[in-house]
Amino acid sequence: MDNILSIVTFIPAISAGLMALFLHGNDAAAQSNAKWIALVATTVTFLVSIGIYTEFAPSNPGFQMVEEGEWLMGLKYKMGVDGISVLFVLLTTFIMPLTILASWNVTDRVKEYMIAFLLLETLMLGVFMALDLVLFYLFFEAGLIPMFLIIGIWGGKDRIYASFKFFLYTFLGSVLMLVAMVAMYVDARTTDIAALMTHQFSSEGFSVLGIYIVGGMQTLLFLAFFASFAVKMPMWPVHTWLPDAHVQAPTAGSVVLAAILLKMGGYGFLRFSLPMFPVGSAVMTDLVLWMSAIAVVYTSLVALVQEDMKKLIAYSSVAHMGFVTMGIFAANQQGIDGAIFQMLSHGFISAALFLCVGVIYDRMHTRDIEAYGGLVIRMPAYALVFMLFTMANVGLPGTSGFIGEFLTLMGTFQVNTWVTAVAASGVIFSAAYALWLYRRVVFGDLIKESLKSITDMSTRERLIFAPLIVMTILLGVYPSLVTDVIGNSTAALISNYDTALAAAEAATQVASH
Amino acid sequence: METTILFAPLVGALICGFGWKFIGEKAALWTATGLLFLACLLSWIVFFSFDGHTQQIEIMRWIESGSLSTSWAIRLDRLTAIMLIVVTTVSALVHLYSFGYMDHDPQWREGESYKPRFFAYLSFFTFAMLMLVTADNLVQMFFGWEGVGVASYLLIGFYYRKPSANAAAMKAFIVNRVGDFGFALGIFALFFLTDSINFSDIFADAPRLAETQLTFLWGEWTAVEVVCVLLFIGAMGKSAQLILHTWLPDAMEGPTPVSALIHAATMVTAGVFLVCRMSPLMEFAPGATGFITVLGASTAFFAATVGLVQTDIKRVIAYSTCSQLGYMFVAAGVGMYSAAMFHLFTHAFFKALLFLGAGSVIHAMHHEQDMMNYGNLRKKIPYTFWAMMIGTLAITGVGIPLTTIGFAGFLSKDAIIESAYAGGSAFGFWALVIAAAMTSFYSWRLIFLTFYGQERGDKHTHEHAHESPMVMLVPLGVLSLGAVFAGMIWYNNFFGHADQVGKFYGIPVAEAHAEAGDHAKADDHGDDTHATESHGEEAAHGDKAKGGDHHYAFVGKPGEGALYIAPDNHVLDDAHAAPKWVKVSPFIAMLLGFGLAYLFYIVNPALPGRLAENQRPLYLFLKNKWYFDEIYDAILVKPTVALGRFLWKGGDGKVIDGFLNGVAMGVVPFFTRLAGKAQTGYIFTYAFWMVLGIAALITWMSIGGGAH
Repeated sequence: MDNILSIVTFIPAISAGLMALFLHGNDAAAQSNAKWIALVATTVTFLVSIGIYTEFAPSNPGFQMVEEGEWLMGLKYKMGVDGISVLFVLLTTFIMPLTILASWNVTDRVKEYMIAFLLLETLMLGVFMALDLVLFYLFFEAGLIPMFLIIGIWGGKDRIYASFKFFLYTFLGSVLMLVAMVAMYVDARTTDIAALMTHQFSSEGFSVLGIYIVGGMQTLLFLAFFASFAVKMPMWPVHTWLPDAHVQAPTAGSVVLAAILLKMGGYGFLRFSLPMFPVGSAVMTDLVLWMSAIAVVYTSLVALVQEDMKKLIAYSSVAHMGFVTMGIFAANQQGIDGAIFQMLSHGFISAALFLCVGVIYDRMHTRDIEAYGGLVIRMPAYALVFMLFTMANVGLPGTSGFIGEFLTLMGTFQVNTWVTAVAASGVIFSAAYALWLYRRVVFGDLIKESLKSITDMSTRERLIFAPLIVMTILLGVYPSLVTDVIGNSTAALISNYDTALAAAEAATQVASH
Repeated sequence: METTILFAPLVGALICGFGWKFIGEKAALWTATGLLFLACLLSWIVFFSFDGHTQQIEIMRWIESGSLSTSWAIRLDRLTAIMLIVVTTVSALVHLYSFGYMDHDPQWREGESYKPRFFAYLSFFTFAMLMLVTADNLVQMFFGWEGVGVASYLLIGFYYRKPSANAAAMKAFIVNRVGDFGFALGIFALFFLTDSINFSDIFADAPRLAETQLTFLWGEWTAVEVVCVLLFIGAMGKSAQLILHTWLPDAMEGPTPVSALIHAATMVTAGVFLVCRMSPLMEFAPGATGFITVLGASTAFFAATVGLVQTDIKRVIAYSTCSQLGYMFVAAGVGMYSAAMFHLFTHAFFKALLFLGAGSVIHAMHHEQDMMNYGNLRKKIPYTFWAMMIGTLAITGVGIPLTTIGFAGFLSKDAIIESAYAGGSAFGFWALVIAAAMTSFYSWRLIFLTFYGQERGDKHTHEHAHESPMVMLVPLGVLSLGAVFAGMIWYNNFFGHADQVGKFYGIPVAEAHAEAGDHAKADDHGDDTHATESHGEEAAHGDKAKGGDHHYAFVGKPGEGALYIAPDNHVLDDAHAAPKWVKVSPFIAMLLGFGLAYLFYIVNPALPGRLAENQRPLYLFLKNKWYFDEIYDAILVKPTVALGRFLWKGGDGKVIDGFLNGVAMGVVPFFTRLAGKAQTGYIFTYAFWMVLGIAALITWMSIGGGAH
């Protein structure tokens, strides 16, 4: 198939369109149809996307399966994947059917709900495949609209506050990124991402308002993109929207948010910041590394004292993303391999953890840790699944959570031992908050009257968890499944980065003589 | 065969844990147990047929990233072989014993199936432990290291209804994580330095690391010292050494077979194993090993003092374990890795025996654990009494001084004390001798309080005290054999002359007619050293007395053989040449401890109470374990939680959100007015601005002439 990428990207959107046009009424049959259509559409998308995986040649570090065409108003439509993006595409298509399955009990505006998720899938896939700056921006920003709607319409009681906060953060970042994109176009006269990656933006320092900017334009561009990606990540200290958004979002919304949307920041760093602004990145490396290390410790400590399960897991997500940014800016093979691995692994683990919360929220309609205790007595299967993902979350070797943390820390150690030591202490805190949560919810005697008739997981729920369990363990035991695919692209990224830095270094030396 | 040993317990765990509903509870338990006995049998075959040559058995690729390349692989050398038999033997016996001990556990209600879960955890633990000891690289070892941590967590918290068990399980995992933090940093440092984490590569690079400087945190250090200290921090956590020891006594919340297997014989010795495994690095790190010696000796002393006054039978043995682990670290610290392994080996037998014996007592006394409620049980549970007696004779070190005839602990503990003296650690030597006296005191105290004197506590319980079933007594019998004979049988292999030890571990040795000039303690003669390979040679020099003509020196390179002993490490010879008073000192200490215990608990049972009354502050200090838990709670746990709360409410709440809300109050109303909608306005506004942005971009490009 020549345009497999477009096919995968637009299957969900087209299904959503068909659903909007032809599915009427809001009775039980229509609701059921909406769910089945969404499930079939996302499943088909996943099955077709396996074709991307089989067609992908890991030995080639460049873009593959590229599609290019004219689009409106002189803009270009260009899609493609390389080792860095291809697995994110698969992560997205893998997670979406599960989120639909997890939404099986939604009763409010089911058709619209499913349409929102299907559109969201298209837009997320577009982000990971777009090879044109404008196209990327469109997917990147538009993806937030369905997410807003999901939180704002199907969310909890403070959903307005949460979506407001979400908006405010993202808005600030986007404006700066947009300005930077315009500046890039002015400088390079192209919006083609592959071309921009080889374009050298000026790194000569200059003064603005009396402040000397090392790395000049590259640093400024870097900062503008950073503002957007750091919010998306989210990095400390611009992370406070995430816990609120998670708490208010419905379970499936949280799953998508944690598993996929958070990965866009990390992907952005790898696609734009490092390759296009190497000097800017190098200038800011120490800052980012420290922000990451602080994020790990700070948010782990905050997670320790949470009383709401979803908030706790949300904070733990921020901590895990700290390892990602740290690995990326270590800018070596282990660091970046680890960062990508960590993002994928977090996709499975955080999805599973939010689903774990969803399972008992569906039964008890509360996320208060206090309200639970002793679930293991009536829900042994649930206890087992929750234990597995708790352990994966704390980075137990043999689960995918370990590989990402381990590689990023190993990569960072080669760059900065202080940052590594601070971040590595996160493994202690993560054990503390995760096990404490588990103990309060699952262990103990079951004495609360309200829990006495709680039921264990249904077949549907078991089916949702099964693929996540398989992936978490498979990647933990045989991580080459991932590292083989990403390795060459990562290596190319690093070698270009190092070459660019060396060239810039040489240029400054020449200039100073 | 090695692969079968490794995976049999995993298969057992999976069948037992997941398959019991299909094949029935009994069949599941026997499957797990049967597979462990198989692993045990094969391990003994491996142990006896092992020829000293290190083998590597590749199983599968694992983590690969750039120059980092690790596999799932087995490294089979003497260290592994020793650990294989220790782990599988104790584990198989504990499985068998659990059939009796876990039957009709009063912690569970009617109809609750807890046994398959228990056996599955035990088998899973065994698998993780085997992973740890067979690893051929540090990351795989770390896998086993954390795997046993999880198994330990699950088993300590096995009685999940009990809050104390849950708390203890968490504590064990988290304190161990502190150690793992150091261990992980050590691995990173090694990869940074050597570009590999496989043992063979690291060992070959060891001499270079001794010359390399490493910038780590605030200073420049000798690379190998940093690495060794970091790895040892890992060992401190797992092996419950001072500072990180607080989890071990609490771990006694788990069922007693667990304490025997995990918290006495196997997992807690992983730290000692790690230090021995890393001997090629340790030999180049005098600073780190000095630290290990001091810390080990301090732990041995500290734990023994606490053990003196505990009344919970399991806690006494737990502190005893902590103390004995300190002994092993002293041996490793002074460079006598072989003696450390010797004690690890014998300790596994007699400490598992003591724990399982204690379990048998607890079983007889309807889960009463306080020794103050025991007394005069020797006639009611005679087999258990004799098993405990043998265990006590072994741990206190009963034997004939200046010979190699005695119970297992006599040989291995004396080997360590002599090594500490020969290694030049006066502190280590004296701390261990004093600890030996205390060991003897608390061990005999346990025997006297439990089996002698008056019956105390609940009458009814005493009347119904009964001997345990056969499945529990057989393991006691087998372990008793080990506690009696293990020392005598393998003395020469672990602590004989250099050629015997070298042959055992596969370390090349060379015959030296005389000692080199710099070899202080040894006999006279010149420095004419014949480098005759005696590796693989029959031990025909059986009659080499000390000071004889035949001396052997270890000449292996780092990584050759299971241990590395530097050419200037003469502790083995020096230990054999130690003065007589050194060699008999542990024996005298043992007698002293026994005498005092006899006086306190047989002759004059009122004496301990009076002494505790007179020395109240000291008594309380010991009874409360030097207040470690209280101090940690005050300076670590509470402040951490408070800091978390502060960062949440203050940092995230007041500062970050406060700032944003301030901005928002100014900015947002403007936009919403602009958009003209109040509630759903944000979404609309957002979309609006995005469209506006793209319009701006497109305009720019149109002006600029379109994209190419």
